[in-house]
Amino acid sequence: MPTRETSDVIVIGAGVVGAACAHYAALAGLSVTVVDRGYVAGGTTGAGEGNLLVSDKEPGPELQLALLSTALWTELADRLPPTVEYEAKGGLVVASGETGLHALREFGARQEKAGVIAHEVPGDRLHDLEPHLAPGLTGGFHYPQDAQVMPAQAAAQLLRAAGDRVRLALGEEVTGLLTGAGGAVRGVRTATRELHAPYVVNAAGTWGGALAELAGVHLPVLPRRGFVLVTEPLPRIVRHKVYAADYVADVASGSAALQTSAVVEGTPAGPVLIGASRERVGFDRTLSTEVLHRLAAGATALFPVLGTVRAIRTYLGFRPYLPDHLPAIGPDPRAPGLLHACGHEGAGIGLAPVTGQIVAACITGAEPPLDLHPFRPERFDATAP
Amino acid sequence: MARTPIGLVGAQPDPPFEITFDGRPVPALPGQTLAAALWGAGILAWRTTRDGGRPRGAFCGIGQCYDCLATVNGEPNRRACLVPAHPGDTITTQEGHGHDRLGV
Ligand SMILES: Cc1cc2nc3c(=O)[nH]c(=O)nc-3n(C[C@H](O)[C@H](O)[C@H](O)COP(=O)(O)OP(=O)(O)OC[C@H]3O[C@@H](n4cnc5c(N)ncnc54)[C@H](O)[C@@H]3O)c2cc1C
Ligand code: FES
Repeated sequence: MPTRETSDVIVIGAGVVGAACAHYAALAGLSVTVVDRGYVAGGTTGAGEGNLLVSDKEPGPELQLALLSTALWTELADRLPPTVEYEAKGGLVVASGETGLHALREFGARQEKAGVIAHEVPGDRLHDLEPHLAPGLTGGFHYPQDAQVMPAQAAAQLLRAAGDRVRLALGEEVTGLLTGAGGAVRGVRTATRELHAPYVVNAAGTWGGALAELAGVHLPVLPRRGFVLVTEPLPRIVRHKVYAADYVADVASGSAALQTSAVVEGTPAGPVLIGASRERVGFDRTLSTEVLHRLAAGATALFPVLGTVRAIRTYLGFRPYLPDHLPAIGPDPRAPGLLHACGHEGAGIGLAPVTGQIVAACITGAEPPLDLHPFRPERFDATAP
Repeated sequence: MARTPIGLVGAQPDPPFEITFDGRPVPALPGQTLAAALWGAGILAWRTTRDGGRPRGAFCGIGQCYDCLATVNGEPNRRACLVPAHPGDTITTQEGHGHDRLGV
């Protein structure tokens, strides 16, 4: 017999975004049920890296989100246990030529007007910040606001810190949405039961489009595949999040073709993580030696010392990509009661806290921390304003 | 000399040679792995853990568990249970990840 359960909010998805939504909703006094067909951080959250970046973002709505979220992360770092491995390590973007440095300078100047702190580092001072960097780089920019967490721990601890207002329903797939009078969403159906709530949050990440479809609304979330190469455990040889100037252009690109740029960061556990690749090939999990070759080449060009250590494994994930590179956050006017919190692409770890805060504000009727118009979920409809 | 299965299996190995462990000479037979040679000399630990510095040596003996990592001829993280001994090999106790000198 299906059992019936009720809470104030149902969050679909126990990734970092769903966890943050549950966390902030519970802080606002709401009872929350988090449903996931897998387990906590079993989706893209457990398959990426944990950089909290402002450095790679153009001035605009996403940067606004990132700046707000960065501030929330520093607050969370005090509240969550040290296992989340929050590190205010800063970012370092390096250029290997005058053209690249010039582009960084111009980019940094625009970011500074939007509230980002960016310091130019001349080529001959780069080694003060990163002793193992390759010689001969032209210069770079230091971004002290960039930070890092361990994503799976972050998701788990956000849920745990929310206390007993949050209930977990793991291993349960949402197969349908319950609707009431006037088509309003009233809950979800899983294989074994119905869960009821006046608000349902779609935090299904890369599968957020399929979830939206269950509600009869269109949201074109697509998978953007990325590989990470993992070294053997090492002492601290890379201090910051370090990446090459062309990374920013790759992130912003809409192309489906393979793009790689060198992105390197150490972790408290020891391994150095090497990224980043981006390609749209559906949910294909086939190992690509071409990608791994490019990642290794890019990383050893930046840090020759990495050529002397072993890469011990690789993993891949599917970033939840929306065509305009902005997440969908907020209520869906096409399906009253349904809110979206998905499509954060390569920035979902960073943007999770502010997303959670916005979702909680929308539900409780509080003022959201910024204008939500750029993130409105219905913006991809032909008739959207 | 410690008891060995040589007699049991009727092996007739070529003459032994010498390797060193932390500077001390250890006899090894052709075809023996480093772990076997160390064990034969009564040495059970040749690495310390990254957290807590606890002693480690061979555990599975078949290349699966990575417990037996050692620094061999200056190269860290070799699985002693798989690497065949060669005359003059130097094994040194590996501290943690074995890459301390790279730290900045
Ligand atoms: C290689 C790589 C590197 C990355 N690096 C970074 C980085 O450095 N910094 C950063 O901020 N971001 C990074 N990202 C992006 C980041 O990982 C994602 O944006 C983020 O994890 C998305 O979180 P989420 O909670 O929205 O989705 P997910 O973690 O995917 O969670 C969605 C959950 O929904 C569940 N679900 C889906 N459908 C259903 C259903 N019908 N019923 C029940 N449950 C369902 C899934 O099981 C899943 O657990 C990276 C991504 C990749 C792939
Ligand atoms: S003892 Fe297990 S890998 Fe060598």
